Amino acid sequence: MNSSPLARSTRRHFFSQCGLGLGSVALTSLLRQEGLAASAHSAAPHFAPRAKNVIYMFMAGGPSQLELFDYKPDLVALNGQAIPDSYLEGRRFAFMDSSFKERSKLLGTRREFTQHGQSGMWMSNLLPHTAKIVDEITMVKSCATNLFNHAPAKLFMNTGSGQFGRPSIGSWVTYGIGSECDNLPGFVVLQSGPRGPRGGAVNWGSGFLPTTYQGVPLRGQGEPILNLTNPKNITSKSQRDLIDSVNQLNLQRLVETNDPEISTRIAAYEMAYRMQTSAPDLIDLAGESAATLNLYGVEKDKPSYARNCLLARRLVERGVRFVQLYHTSWDSHGGPGETLQGDFEKVCHQVDQASAALIIDLKKRGLLEDTLVVWGGEFGRTPMGENRKTTGRNHHIDAFSMWFAGGGTKKGFQLGETDELGFSPTEDRAHVHDIHATMLHQLGLNHEALTFRSQGRDFRLTDVHGSVLHKMLA
Amino acid sequence: MIVSPKNAATERLVCPCLSLIVSLFLAVGVSLKANDYLTEVKPILRENCYRCHAGDQPKSGLRLDTAAALIKGGNRGGVIIPGNAKSSALIEVLTGTHAQIPPMPYRDTPLSPEAVDTIARWIDSGAHHPTDEIPEEHVHWAFKKPTRPLPPDNKTRFFAKNAIDHFIFSRLTDSKLLPSPEASREVLLRRLYLDIVGIPPSTDAIDAYLTDYSINATEKVIDELLSSPQFGERWGRHWLDIARYADSNGYSIDSPRSIWRYRDYVVDAINGNLPFDQFVTEQLAGDLLPQPTRQQLIATGFHRNTQINQEGGIDREQFRIESVVDRVATTGSAFLGLTIACAQCHDHKFDPIRQSEYYQFFAFFNNQDEPTIETPLEHELVARDKYQAALSHLEKAIQESESKIQQRIFDWEKHLSEADIQELPASYRIILTKPRELRTGDELQELLDHFSEENEAHQALMKRQKDLKRKRPRVTTTMILRERDKKRDTHIHIKGDFTRHGEKVEPGTPSILNPFQGSDRANRLELAHWLASEENPLLARVTVNRIWQQYFGRGIVETENDFGTQGIPPSHPALLDWLAIEFIESGWDVKALHKKILMSTTYQQSSKVSASHAMIDPDNRLFGRQTRMRLESEIVRDVALTAANLLSTRIGGPSAHPPQPKGVMTLGQVQRSWKPDEGENRYRRGLYTFFWRATPHPALTVFDSPDAFSTCSRRIRSNTPLQALTLLNDPAYFEIALVLADRIKSLNCDSDKSRVKEAFRICLSRFPSRAETRHLLAAIQAPDRSESKDKWLFLARILLNLDETITRE
Repeated sequence: MNSSPLARSTRRHFFSQCGLGLGSVALTSLLRQEGLAASAHSAAPHFAPRAKNVIYMFMAGGPSQLELFDYKPDLVALNGQAIPDSYLEGRRFAFMDSSFKERSKLLGTRREFTQHGQSGMWMSNLLPHTAKIVDEITMVKSCATNLFNHAPAKLFMNTGSGQFGRPSIGSWVTYGIGSECDNLPGFVVLQSGPRGPRGGAVNWGSGFLPTTYQGVPLRGQGEPILNLTNPKNITSKSQRDLIDSVNQLNLQRLVETNDPEISTRIAAYEMAYRMQTSAPDLIDLAGESAATLNLYGVEKDKPSYARNCLLARRLVERGVRFVQLYHTSWDSHGGPGETLQGDFEKVCHQVDQASAALIIDLKKRGLLEDTLVVWGGEFGRTPMGENRKTTGRNHHIDAFSMWFAGGGTKKGFQLGETDELGFSPTEDRAHVHDIHATMLHQLGLNHEALTFRSQGRDFRLTDVHGSVLHKMLA
Repeated sequence: MIVSPKNAATERLVCPCLSLIVSLFLAVGVSLKANDYLTEVKPILRENCYRCHAGDQPKSGLRLDTAAALIKGGNRGGVIIPGNAKSSALIEVLTGTHAQIPPMPYRDTPLSPEAVDTIARWIDSGAHHPTDEIPEEHVHWAFKKPTRPLPPDNKTRFFAKNAIDHFIFSRLTDSKLLPSPEASREVLLRRLYLDIVGIPPSTDAIDAYLTDYSINATEKVIDELLSSPQFGERWGRHWLDIARYADSNGYSIDSPRSIWRYRDYVVDAINGNLPFDQFVTEQLAGDLLPQPTRQQLIATGFHRNTQINQEGGIDREQFRIESVVDRVATTGSAFLGLTIACAQCHDHKFDPIRQSEYYQFFAFFNNQDEPTIETPLEHELVARDKYQAALSHLEKAIQESESKIQQRIFDWEKHLSEADIQELPASYRIILTKPRELRTGDELQELLDHFSEENEAHQALMKRQKDLKRKRPRVTTTMILRERDKKRDTHIHIKGDFTRHGEKVEPGTPSILNPFQGSDRANRLELAHWLASEENPLLARVTVNRIWQQYFGRGIVETENDFGTQGIPPSHPALLDWLAIEFIESGWDVKALHKKILMSTTYQQSSKVSASHAMIDPDNRLFGRQTRMRLESEIVRDVALTAANLLSTRIGGPSAHPPQPKGVMTLGQVQRSWKPDEGENRYRRGLYTFFWRATPHPALTVFDSPDAFSTCSRRIRSNTPLQALTLLNDPAYFEIALVLADRIKSLNCDSDKSRVKEAFRICLSRFPSRAETRHLLAAIQAPDRSESKDKWLFLARILLNLDETITRE
């Protein structure tokens, strides 16, 4: 902001023309305001960060860890047998009524698993590209969450609460340490797949935090940001003239009223103008080499997960703090369009190459060190199958897998283990609150100290829980 | 970028200096004489520590409300070593030098070095104290019933218009500040219009006011605005925030719902100046009033504004409980300004509300059905009547036709021989061999069906009936609460988990507040009476505080939704109580309360920040000036529509669909459509915009409309680039700018200059200064805007984007 010509001329104008007639108060408050604005841009973390940015690939619907990462030969051997009572006692599931009409039977995966890389990490043959980057990632097999319906579980994964109205992790982060980009929002959301994620905008909402911190969806088609393009028949010059006039008049009012909010508004109009140029530039992939496009599997002018992964890299290159990619839908109940056979393969195919490409590309450009990459859904799937003509699995909250890369996480490492059926973690349980605490930690934020007062109490992303998962950190 | 986190740096700076000073004191402390616990030490502790460290549930298990308890220590052990202040943990935390414990008072102003020294000297001298000390009965101010205070004298030269000014001026004088001068008449008029009705004054209204030299000119405007129907729209919206009103079910499916009747109830109630105690009672328990009116039933929609989860595979009981939890939280927040919700999983950490009391409160809301009732509009009733008439007409014809067929069956039977009967299918044979009077209804029907199937005329009638029924005219419905006959038992949920039942509880209210005199199995009506009673210490205070907050940007209690012990104490406790008592004694007359505030000199001050105010009271906690406030999302658009002469003044009715950018509705799980209305509905006031919880209208969200997921008693005011993009580029705003440009062009003015001035006045309710006029003239006379179309559009766009246009000063 300080480098913008208008800001400079504004201050010059202030000193030269308004300085005399104006109380020193207004001047102080203008400067204070600018100081505040600047400090939000590079607000200080609590301690030295390991990561600067986050790219969070949110696999909406809950991918089956048992078909992808958590290899369970015993489950395959027990395929078709009833699950022992000891596993079900006192537990609640989605679709409880229908699930309990008939005792659920165990479902062994039909996927082949092989070990990969130096680390020998197990990976299903559905993810051939991800298999090639196993030595770059930390696989966490012991993830656990609290809620088993999609919308509340997604909220929980994003905000640490199943209740609507809490800030999402991206908002907490930008509230905590601001953004290093002054011509794009600090928290950007990209979406792909047949539909939007359940719950919609609340997943990246700012809750009780100011709207400045909410995620801004970057659209796959049309305008990348709402209202980004000039109205019909308005030239770029006319728009610039308009903003200059508005800012000049606002400045006169600032002198008149001494209200520092006006200087914030002037800065906001400048940023808006910069976004009008920088956002189209961001989504213009003309400068990307054919090799890069092929690496991700981007098809020209076609919205896709692959394109979003490439955009994610371009966003962190520009200093955007938090990028979240949603891809739908991993909800494999076994019904039409949701089978673990054909449909599941399609979704895997849609994300595998580009997810791996992002890691490779970030690494190549020296960005992986500073970028924490997260891959995972809102919950996992049950070791039991669903009783339908085609097979599927129900929602499962006790154990599921997510992977992490870059930003100071270990390479080729596995955290946590599950029992022989993949039902519950047997070691190093990684609850959502722990995952949040860890992500904040990598960004230099203490999850217990990052608070905001609302409705009479100090709120945290991790509520009153969460411990940093130090074992997965390099 | 806009709202800064609390500036921790200053605090950190303070502590080392302080500890330095204190250690200096301590170094020489030995020579100071011993002091008295009761008169010197205890008052310091009482003022600074009791808030967390007294009573039954002290923080960290540490009580400081008796010297014995202090010496005993808390969960971390002892906090003082009598005779050795320097090594006492208490002194270390007070000076911010303790290795583990953060500086105390927690996140609050540190004690003065003198105060710390007083405590240190007491410790050094052996911490002597009386042995018979008992803890004081400490009741938090907000839990005590307010009493009427006497307004202090006005010692300023400023004119106090009513008691409010006496309270405000007196605090200002204490802080060596003066009130600000009155706002200019133009600014005041625009402020009154925007605050009371949410629409700027017309130029005619401005002229009339500026030329009205009578002493009560302002009062006349206030009276007129308070009785205008737009008052209910403006202030209804505030209440709808609290009621978390929306037009869809929320969660992931987010289906549309019909509950706008409730929205209109709120607007009507406020316009009709329904006494506030009745307003509360009808919304909480309208269905339980004797012979409730339709309006009173609609009012219970207040608590139907909870979300409904329609996702597959959910546990219905879980989400029923979720809505009860929301109702408890909303009731606590809306009427009591208390965070009752904090006691869902455990006893309240700070306020004297036990978990069992939470579930007693919960029990009031655990016994309802959630029906939807028909509330037909006038024209719907006409259509319904017409339909009913047509239907009865048809039904009569069908009856006649049936009796004719019946007759034909008898005739036919008469001519049947035994042999004929034997040839019939078995089912008919059995019936026909029975004597007629022994045949069952089903059997008669079977015969009738058989014969009428072959009767074409009858079939035609039946088809007409079926077709007609399919066209049964739909009528407006609304969602209400209805008490169940068979009551549900309520149990404590252990750790807030509804699957883990603890002890059973009966309905009741927190014992710290006014006694609840309900029956054993009390219902919501008794709860409402308890709430809306003059014995209740909170309802009036919370309500007057919220109205004050809307007029000044900050409440007398800044934490408007937390009057508990963790809230910020009132800046003007006597004024708060005075307003509350006036409110109750007026018979909960809301408009009278508004008028009292609006008529005060305090309200009518200028919002310009003077140097002394900026220095001594930068956050305006003393109300020594007015505050510039960005308009609320709905009003931002209403102002633009008014400038362009587009705003519809129609009150109430189904929610409207103004234009919005393409692609907004794709964000939800289920893609909803948004077809912009044409005609009047395109330009309704912002509060009528259809509100989808999952995909709200972006122009509302971007200007901080609440999300309608939970109660909201104060909106955030952010200031972002996305707001700039909306005002600059949103096709809806551009459409308004085009119309405004036409209006400017057609103004009856003889020069560009006078046109600029008049246009400016339309948007900002004042004439531009000479510098502003000069700037605007230069801007529109640039060579590339020589065509009049471009010129006036450019001007219209400037005016609609000005900070002042979307601000109330």
